[in-house]
Amino acid sequence: MIELHGVCKSYRRKKAADDINFTLPEGSGIVGVIGANGSGKSTLLKLIAGLARPDKGSIRFNGDKVTRRTSSEIAYLPEMESYYSFYTVKEMIDFYASQFPDFNREKAADMIAFMNIEEKSKIKSLSKGNRGRVKIMLALSRDASVVLMDEPLSGLDPMVKESIVKGLISYIDVEKQTVLLTTHELGEVEPLLDQVMLMKEGKVLAWEYTEDIRLKHGLSTVEWMKSHYEIKEAAYE
Amino acid sequence: MAASFDASKPIYKQLASQMYWRILREEWKPGEKLPSVRDTAVEFGVNPNTVSKTYSEMERDGVVETKRGQGTFVTENKEVLFKLRESLKQEQISQFTKEMKAMGFSAEDILSGVEHYLKGEDHD
Repeated sequence: MIELHGVCKSYRRKKAADDINFTLPEGSGIVGVIGANGSGKSTLLKLIAGLARPDKGSIRFNGDKVTRRTSSEIAYLPEMESYYSFYTVKEMIDFYASQFPDFNREKAADMIAFMNIEEKSKIKSLSKGNRGRVKIMLALSRDASVVLMDEPLSGLDPMVKESIVKGLISYIDVEKQTVLLTTHELGEVEPLLDQVMLMKEGKVLAWEYTEDIRLKHGLSTVEWMKSHYEIKEAAYE
Repeated sequence: MAASFDASKPIYKQLASQMYWRILREEWKPGEKLPSVRDTAVEFGVNPNTVSKTYSEMERDGVVETKRGQGTFVTENKEVLFKLRESLKQEQISQFTKEMKAMGFSAEDILSGVEHYLKGEDHD
């Protein structure tokens, strides 16, 4: 369970998190964090991962304050590439297995076969698409109850996106895991999401089950997002 | 991501329609086991929770049966399958008719149009 109470975080003068409050129980499924660039999506993930400290407020994971230590139970996939390019895929897996007790080698081997990646290849020799796949494989091979993914699909071509989305579906346990993924390309992942959280200027502007958006409002998630932006803008006038 | 979905209808309902379509075409025969939730999720590119919901919806309709620990199976109840066929037929007819009427066609126009079309198709 993740609990945020009055969480604030600023970089220079810019508010990246502005009084965020929410509770996400265990097994919340796949939650999409959406919003424009600079709305605070990445900061939110970093705060939960314990990689950034809030200026104010508290963040708890299963009752404990989030620190570097809890980060061993939370799988975090950063937006940028963060592995040693001179390693082979196999060495990278060994490294992850040594760092994280929840790393599941069987799952990793499965995913590598599923994604058609050679264990012997050096990371630097892989195509951009395959590096994207390796990144996802490393994050999802951990049996972590919380998985945080920052823009897992950004900059990849449609074929690669499709295979990554299929990988996500196959290897996420929606009943036990909570996955928070940020995206600004809603299209590809929309059918994957259980819930969407809309952010703007460091605040959580709206939050709903994707099914309710369709059922109650008769909107696509994109339309729903736009309608919230418009309400906010109208209020400023 | 084989399937594309209408933006405003719940995905689980749209998925149920697609599954019913397969059942009627006997791609899945009475008594046959449906693919697992995860396999279906991967095939259609949707969240496994959505597929579970689709399967429960189909179970409520009586079209499939879940056997504990074994999976989900197409019903062998002929009456249920007949009703499903009829209700999908009605659904298609009603949608088609609504659209035709909205375009200003009368009942006669529609009927003669359909008749003409069917005859033409026979000659192909």
